[in-house]
Amino acid sequence: MAEPLRWPRVLAIGWFYQLKMQAQSGFMIMTALVQPLIFATIAMADQQAGTRSLPILYYALGAGIMGIWSTVVFGCGGVISWQRHQGMLEPLVMAPVPFVLVLMGITLGTATVGLYSMAATLVWAEVVFRAHVQMADPLLFSVSAVLTVVSLGLLGLVMGSSFVLYRNSNAISNMLEYPVWLVTGLLVPLSLLPGWTRPIAYALAPTWGVQALRATALGGQPLPDIGFCLVASVAYLGLGVWLVGKVEHRARRTATLNFQ
Amino acid sequence: MRGLHRTYRTTVGTLRRRRLEVEAVRGIDLEIGRGELFGLLGPNGAGKTTTIRMLCTLLLPTSGTVRVLGLDAVTQAREVRRRIGYVFGGDRGLYDRLSAYDNLRYFAELYALDPRRMRARIGEVLESVGRAGREKERVEGFSRGMRQRLHLARGLLHDPPVLFFDEPTIGVDPVGAREVRQLISGLQERGKTVLLTTHYMFEADSLCQRIAVISRGRIVASGSPRDLKSAVSDRTVVEIEAYGIGEPALARMRQLPGVESVTVENKDQAQVVSVQSRDSVQLTGRLMELLQGVRVERIGTREPTLEDAYVALVTGG
Repeated sequence: MAEPLRWPRVLAIGWFYQLKMQAQSGFMIMTALVQPLIFATIAMADQQAGTRSLPILYYALGAGIMGIWSTVVFGCGGVISWQRHQGMLEPLVMAPVPFVLVLMGITLGTATVGLYSMAATLVWAEVVFRAHVQMADPLLFSVSAVLTVVSLGLLGLVMGSSFVLYRNSNAISNMLEYPVWLVTGLLVPLSLLPGWTRPIAYALAPTWGVQALRATALGGQPLPDIGFCLVASVAYLGLGVWLVGKVEHRARRTATLNFQ
Repeated sequence: MRGLHRTYRTTVGTLRRRRLEVEAVRGIDLEIGRGELFGLLGPNGAGKTTTIRMLCTLLLPTSGTVRVLGLDAVTQAREVRRRIGYVFGGDRGLYDRLSAYDNLRYFAELYALDPRRMRARIGEVLESVGRAGREKERVEGFSRGMRQRLHLARGLLHDPPVLFFDEPTIGVDPVGAREVRQLISGLQERGKTVLLTTHYMFEADSLCQRIAVISRGRIVASGSPRDLKSAVSDRTVVEIEAYGIGEPALARMRQLPGVESVTVENKDQAQVVSVQSRDSVQLTGRLMELLQGVRVERIGTREPTLEDAYVALVTGG
């Protein structure tokens, strides 16, 4: 089989084993489940108290994406530094496939674990807050959910490729979690945020992902958001491929693949 | 390898940070023939692992050229990677949450093994390293020796023509270590080119056709084990097993006429002191005089071994 024809297999197996490992990690499950539920509870309780006007599902979906983002942020930073600690980065770089494929399998697998969050917040909204969780367009909702996970996974690739170089990448991850929640309108509408945050929001996939999910769940025009999510994914992929090549070369030059 | 150099840049200090350059490899010229089992020996920090990492495409040389099977390890890295296997020492470098089988399955995909042969090949390599039957267990429960065997299995998975073993028997029990040595020897018989680093001299002596001794980033000697031993063939080694030899006594031993080197190895409670000398007849008596008041269990002379040659080379004795 010609080498490029094997790439989907390499990606799929990387995704599968990453998902298998992350699904057994107590830390990742806690990140994906507990934190979004806390934020979802606060927002949904506010809504029931009458201080928020949008439907409960709006907040449940936002909290679900918050969980996916947290998983990506901690997963991508954490997984790579964890791989280095485990001594896995060298065997992976040494494999004769483009390193970007290996890394992409890891980040997509990590983002997929975040779907726990989405499922958990929707069930929470239905069971605890008695919201009627019914999607306006279930098919497009599923497409949007998959696309959101893929785009966040590819954004994770861009972050992860930079993180290969830095041994204290966990610190960077911690800094990125909250601002992105805020700036991408996961819990409050973008219109409430200052204008200067808008370009940042438009460059980040969670913005388009949550808008697409809300439009498909609550009714609206999801196609522009799905389109922008797709464009963001392609842009992240291109940037990720370029960055990973640069980063791999630099890591070989500066000897940062392994702890000495 | 031709004129191979590798310098690491680092910083030291907390408030007043200072840049530091460490020359790990300082001009190595070495050629290893196809099908050869070659040993690279040297103390910790001598540059062995740095050299292997450059051969494995994991590090770029600061200057010089590295070629593997005629391919440039810098510009043709992916081609080189297809043809080499690297067996790491130690217990890191595996996915703990996956089973042994899953670890190998993942790398089988990365190394583009034929999907129809994958399962059978994983079974074969596990069998060859004595790990068949436990492939479904998660790696986190494996002992260090078991992990080491899994490293071996992964290195052999794609049947590469060139293999690098970095201290492959470290942490492996004596029976397992013997099996690993047999496996390495068998690879060479099958025409594989093997580069081995080890701290166990008997291992290098029994396995390698040629050896290079590396010290402070330079090759200080190379040749067959017999050639290296011949460099100290005019010497005799007096070996003393005793309890409580202090540093002052060791310092006086080093100053005795004819003494080339003195090394100490702790063996349980006892010390085993090896004194290399060109004059063993008179030396034994002088040593006994120095050791008055010390409990000496055994004293005797023996022919120099590869380890003695190695000690002489790396200490300049």
